Order: sequence, then C-alpha cells, then structure tokens
Amino acid sequence: MRILVAMSGGVDSSVVAGLLKEQGHEVIGATLQLYDHGAAVQKKGACCAGQDILDARRVADRLDIPHYVLDRETRFREAVMAEFAASYAAGETPIPCIRCNQTVKFQDLVELARDLGAEALATGHYARRVEGAAGPELHRAADPARDQSYFLALTTPEQLAFSRFPLGGFPDKATVRAEAARLGLNVAEKPDSQDICFVPAGRYHEVVAKHRPEAAEPGEIVHLDGRVLGRHEGIARYTVGQGRGLGTASYDGEQPLYVAALEPGRRRVVVGPRAALPQAEVQVAEVNWLRPPSEGPVPCQVKLRAREVPQPATAEWDAASATLRVRPEAPAIAAPGQACVLYEGDRVLGGGFIRRAA
Amino acid sequence: MSLYMDANATEPLRPAARAAVVAALEAGGNPSSVHAAGRGARRLLEAAREAVASRFAPGAGPGWEVVFTAGGTEANALAIHGLGRGRRLLVGATEHPAVLAAAWPEAGLLPVLGDGTLDLAALEAALAGGPPALVCAMAANNETGVRHPIGEIAALCRAHGALLHMDAVQAAGRGALPEGADSIALSGHKVGGPPGAGALLLRPGLHLPPLIAGGGQERGRRGGTEPLPAIAGLAAALPEPGEAARLAALRDRIEAGLPGEVVIAGAGAPRLPNTSLIILPGVAAETQVIALDLAGVRVSAGAACSSGKVARSHVLAAMGFGDLAGSGIRVSLPWNVAEDAAERFLEAWSAMRSRLSKSAA
Repeated sequence: MRILVAMSGGVDSSVVAGLLKEQGHEVIGATLQLYDHGAAVQKKGACCAGQDILDARRVADRLDIPHYVLDRETRFREAVMAEFAASYAAGETPIPCIRCNQTVKFQDLVELARDLGAEALATGHYARRVEGAAGPELHRAADPARDQSYFLALTTPEQLAFSRFPLGGFPDKATVRAEAARLGLNVAEKPDSQDICFVPAGRYHEVVAKHRPEAAEPGEIVHLDGRVLGRHEGIARYTVGQGRGLGTASYDGEQPLYVAALEPGRRRVVVGPRAALPQAEVQVAEVNWLRPPSEGPVPCQVKLRAREVPQPATAEWDAASATLRVRPEAPAIAAPGQACVLYEGDRVLGGGFIRRAA
Repeated sequence: MSLYMDANATEPLRPAARAAVVAALEAGGNPSSVHAAGRGARRLLEAAREAVASRFAPGAGPGWEVVFTAGGTEANALAIHGLGRGRRLLVGATEHPAVLAAAWPEAGLLPVLGDGTLDLAALEAALAGGPPALVCAMAANNETGVRHPIGEIAALCRAHGALLHMDAVQAAGRGALPEGADSIALSGHKVGGPPGAGALLLRPGLHLPPLIAGGGQERGRRGGTEPLPAIAGLAAALPEPGEAARLAALRDRIEAGLPGEVVIAGAGAPRLPNTSLIILPGVAAETQVIALDLAGVRVSAGAACSSGKVARSHVLAAMGFGDLAGSGIRVSLPWNVAEDAAERFLEAWSAMRSRLSKSAA
C-alpha cells in the first residue's frame, strides 16, 4: 500500500522507511521543516534547512523513494512554540513534543497522507499499535528503555487507526541501528536527538522570553509559610519539584527546599520541604481516551512525567466537567503542564495534561 | 510516463544545443590561450557572442556588448552591482529572488497591479521623487508568466534619467524580447541550453565594473575562463518555428478545461505562451505539487528554496491574492511537451481534486 513516512533524518524513521520499502510498500517520505535552522542556531548564513533535513533527503535518495520537505514553520510557531511559551508564562512546565504530535505531526500529516491517497502514516516512534477486539490499541514498546507511548497518548483514536509504528516491537536501539546498517543508511551511527528540537543548547528560557517576556521577569521566591527567601529571574526557569537554581532559597536552615508551586500572577516561586510536595490527587484536563472511559474509579497505572515507570493509581473520569481525577497509590509530585498517561499493563488507556491543584 | 511541465525551472536540452555543447567539449581549448587551440576556442566564443547579441539585443544588437556569466543569477547581480553603483535602486515586487537578493536593503520596492503588471503610476512617482535610479523590471515573471510593459517602463526611466535593467531569463526564447532596457539578463538552461552559462547584454557605452576581476576575461567585465561548451549551447538553443503558438494553444486548452473554482493568476495580462499559474482555493500548493508528482506530473509552486520546501509565493502575495497566495501551482510547458499533455494534465488534476474533496469530507 501507499504509506507516508514521517522522516526526521534520524536513524529510527530512516529505518522505518527502509523496512516498509523492503516489504514492498509504496513509500513516500516527508520531512517537516519546523523552524528556520539558521535562525535557531543564530548563525548568519546557515541554511534554513538543518542537517536533519539533508540527512532525511539522503536516506530517501538511497532508498529511491520520493521525498518532500514540508514547510510547517508558521504552524509550528503557533501550535507548539507559542503554546510552549504561554504554558511557561502560566506557571506550567509544558511538554511541546506532545503538542507537536497532536497538531503538526498526527493531525496534519494524517490529513496530508489522506490527500495523497496514502492508506497509512508511519513514524519512528517506539510504541506498539495492536489490533484489539474493539479496534486499534496503543501499547508500550517492547523496549521499556525506549518506550514513547507517553508522548503518543494524546493522539486520537482516528489518528491511531491510521498510524503505524514499525519499531514498537524492536528489542532495543542497537537492533534498529543494525537494521540501518544492513539497509545501507548512512545515519546508522547518528547520535540520538536530545532535548527540545527548537531550543538551541538547552536555553529554553530565552525562547520563552522572546514569546512571553513576562515569564522572564524577576520576582520573589517565598516559602510555603509565607517567608520571602530570595529572588528569581523569571518563573519560566522553574518547574514543580525542582531543587536547583534557587540561590539563597535553596535551604531553610539544614533543610533543602524544592519548588512546590509557581504563581504566575504574582510572579512568585513557592518553595517548601520535599515532604510538602506530593499530591494525593492530580487533576487532568484535555483528556484523550484511547479506550472508552469507565464509570467510577478505575484501577490503573499512571505516568506523571516522561521519565518514570508507571505507578499504581486509581483514576476517575468526571464526564460533566471533562476532568480526570487521578489518585496515585503513593502521593506523587505532579508538575502542571506535563502529561498524565494512564496504563493498564502495557496498554495506554488515555491521557491528558496535569492542571494546577485548585 | 511522466509529464514534465516545469520548463520555467529548467527547459529540456534542445538537440541543437546538445550538439553544440558536445562539439565545444570535443574541440577543447581555452579562449584566452595564444596558440591555435586557443584561437579555435576564441572563434567559437565570439561566434556565440554574436549569435546571442543578434538574437536577444534590440535591433539585432549592433554595438551591444555581451558579457557571459555562469548563469542568470550572476547576470542579474552583475547588472545591479555594476550599474546600480551611485544610483537609487528601484525593484519590482515580483522580481525573481536572483534580483531581490542582489538588491541592497535600502532599495525601493515597486508594487504591481492585481494582474501582475508593474504599477506605472507608482513607478513614475518613485522616479520623480529622487536622484537618478536603476530600475529592475523583469520581461516576464517566472511564476505567472505575466509580462511587464517594458516599453512604457523604459520611457518613464528615460524621462527621469534612470537606467532600466531587464531580467529576461524567462522571456528569452519565448517570443521577441521587448525593447527599451539598458541591460538584459539571460540564462542558458532556461532557453534549452545546458546549465552553467548566462549572459548580460549591455547597451553600448555603459560602464560596468566586474564582480569578479580574475584574469580580465570578457573585456574585464567578468573574470574566469569562459564555460565555452555551456555558452555554445546557449547560443545554439533556438526555438522551433511556431513553438510559441503551439504552447499557447496547449496552455489555453488546460486553462479552459479547469473548473470555475480555479483562479488563473494574471489571466488578463499579456503572458508567456507556456506559463499558467493555477490557484485552487483552500488547498495548499505543497499538497497539490506532491499529489501531482506522485501521479507523474511535474509542476512547481512558489520559489523553490534549496531545502526543497514549498514556500508561500511572494509574487501572488504582491498581486494581492492574500490567503490564495499559498494555493497556486505553476504549470510551464517545455518546448518538447507532448501533444496530449493538456488532456493528461487535466485528468491527473481532476483525480487529485476529487480525492481532496473526499478526504476533506
């Protein structure tokens, strides 16, 4: 069948394109240009296309498949970068990769694939799409170290039905690299991408300040009990649970302090002892269900951040307010803006964004 | 069988041009050499120069100078930097990036009318408002094929002591070039020669310092050994008799076969015979170009960035198309286009159109 492959220029999506081509599919490669690379690295004269786009094109040449570069700069700026900055300005810790998957990747590329007469969209994500009795299900990848199901939990059932993740069953990254080498792809040894793609050298607060200057304005660091302990250079530099970057407010006597909350209106960073941070209940909004929600409390496992193993919890869906209430078995630190994803074993039940505790 | 309809990107090589390239490659020799091999190359070079002047310079070009370059972009840059020195620069809003990027930031941008032709009133106002200028106006636009009224533009320039540089890269070889410009830029591969050679034609008596001095070739106007095979190909790339009329008829068949929802940019203005800018409202040009490519039809949209992305057309934006500026594809028929190309294009276009409406539903 005709399949559109989202090719980032990295080893994963390159292998996907190569394997599908090898299986006899009519593969079309597409690479998103999400931002002006030259502007992002702030190097005059740098090409608007970064190395990744050039790599994707070379892989497509090697595989002898048509390949297109899609200009999504405006869409990405509005749907992902502006949202990223707005989220920080609202005292949250955004997760732009999920926003990008929700909009630029799965929404737009599925639409484009359909327009081009393709029957599926394939990506290099590490997750498994399993044909269940009631339709396609999203499952964790075979390799727990690489699993990206957390980032895909907000793709809609329709998008999931159209999508393919051929790497989900791979035992590990080494196997993927070996496949790349076998296919003769020169990206086989390319290092994994790091951090947020549009943020040069991890200086994300500069990106935020450009979009939302108020998130970079200085303010007070106050203790939960109201004492002013220090000053900060903008709430965008902090996330709930963080212990670094607090300066004079790092300790209360001998006791280390952590960010307990961010108050965008008063531009305050609220700190407290570690024990004061975990929440018994986490509120989740913008929920996407990949299995129709059940009535009453549902036992499940939950991930409140990308890098943690799912923890036992109970989730209750309030359809009237479109809010999910999650009660981890052990109270947990939850940063507003991050995703909360529910699992039942390997299967993703759904997910949404963590809201500030009321 | 694929259908190549992107002649404005590059024309297929004409057989006579190919033969001239091969002959020059086989002959060898550097036109600057003193010995017989050099003289042989020099003879070929000067024959090519005369052929280009007599074909493209006004009145068959007595006294006009032909400076060979590596292509159209260089010819335009040479004219702008050479002739624009000490003058104000006024540049049409729909000029090719080769001209827009060579212009300095203080250059004035001349608006176009809704049909894509240069706004003469605005030109006159701009010319009247300051010291002598260099005006850059293209003979025909690469995206829409719209021809500027060069005769009237030239008259205004003369009246105000301005020089006129005409980018004729797309117009050359597609009907007679309009008269009145002081310099004319050409590109070999856009007329059916090989890539790698272009030319700047200069009205007699114009002073033009070089961009590249080098060994003083081209009478000191452009250093570097001349790419003789490419130049010979450019000189030999002649259109066939009746070619323009044949392409225009085909182009008109395509436009007549499209549904009423489609907008043809610049349809009311004089245009190149081979070019049609077809806007399908609400559908990204990118999607159209890819869908047609997958169906074997090669068209383009906007100005191709080196990354290959399809950018929004600055030409359509300047013509006031607003949101529609992102929905136009350019069909440009090559000299060797198949006789049934119109029907095959319309079939592929309709198939694309019906699939789009399906997926939108």
